[in-house]
Amino acid sequence: MIRADILRAIIPVISDKLVVSNIGLPSQELHMLDDQPTNFYMLGTMGLASSIGLGLALSQKETIIAIDGDGSVLTNLGTLPTIANNVVNNFILLIIDNGSYGSTGDQPTYAGGKTSLAKVAKACGCDNVFECQAAETKEILETAIQSKKMTVIVSKCQSGNIPVPVIDIDPAVIRYRFMEEIKARN
Amino acid sequence: MSIAQNMLNAMVKNKIEFVTTVPCKQLSGIIELLEKDERILHVPSNKEDEGMGLCAGAYMGGKRPCIIMQNTAIGVTINTLVTLIQYYRMPLPILISYRGELGEKVQCQVEMAVHTKALLEQLKIPTYHFHEPKDVDEFDGILNHTFMAKKPVAVLTDANFWSSIS
Repeated sequence: MIRADILRAIIPVISDKLVVSNIGLPSQELHMLDDQPTNFYMLGTMGLASSIGLGLALSQKETIIAIDGDGSVLTNLGTLPTIANNVVNNFILLIIDNGSYGSTGDQPTYAGGKTSLAKVAKACGCDNVFECQAAETKEILETAIQSKKMTVIVSKCQSGNIPVPVIDIDPAVIRYRFMEEIKARN
Repeated sequence: MSIAQNMLNAMVKNKIEFVTTVPCKQLSGIIELLEKDERILHVPSNKEDEGMGLCAGAYMGGKRPCIIMQNTAIGVTINTLVTLIQYYRMPLPILISYRGELGEKVQCQVEMAVHTKALLEQLKIPTYHFHEPKDVDEFDGILNHTFMAKKPVAVLTDANFWSSIS
């Protein structure tokens, strides 16, 4: 399974949830497969999906799912201690770990080498860390949402991308419709 | 009332409820007060671009944010300021310790000080420079202006500003 297969599998679970999605192809794939006002697409700023997600979770009541990548987490590795030390039980960080920088030509990341992001997350102090195979992601994510505990999921999958159109929504519109959904739910 | 307390009160008056910080010696007083103040959630960050991500999330979640950092971090945050805060039209007050100005003891700080205003100007970030203790009276208005404008706004606070007790 590649990242797009995981997204397809979890869409029934995340479709009506507040989602922050990582820059580049992950956002473009989610946008193509299931565009929702509850999705915040990152069009720039690699690495900050988990930080935006944590800020959201700390500021309102609804469950926030940040869908990040291994390369982006490595870019902003300082996010994991911040998450670990600011526990908020409406936050789930789903790291889709394909061991590569998918949006830039599938160059290998260190997460595909000797570095285990699940072990890093645990060492940073994160309490509920699960590493799973791609096919298990939907079930683990559902369990995490039901548990109402801050959770970090590292889902291991194959490297690879599908053809996707660019996101042609103005960033201010993405932000506005996302905030309107949050207001309506809080 | 101390300058730091005065600034914190202006934040509360402007309904700021979420503040992230990366420390600077010059900012230690306000960070200490912030940590004790129950009116504001203080979430320290490890790097300033991470902090701006937290602030973007807090803003979209309905809490007005602020980031407190040193001017050396402007280099770290340029991409985030442009492609997140400005691109998505989000307000963000940036309270900055303006190191490397008169009274500085660490020579290396001067190197970033000479670029600070030029970088902020290049990024078209409205910038205010607090040099005299009385400048603190403008903070309330600047915060109000920031959330009206939905832009990042920089407040540079130098050693002379922090050195006096008002």
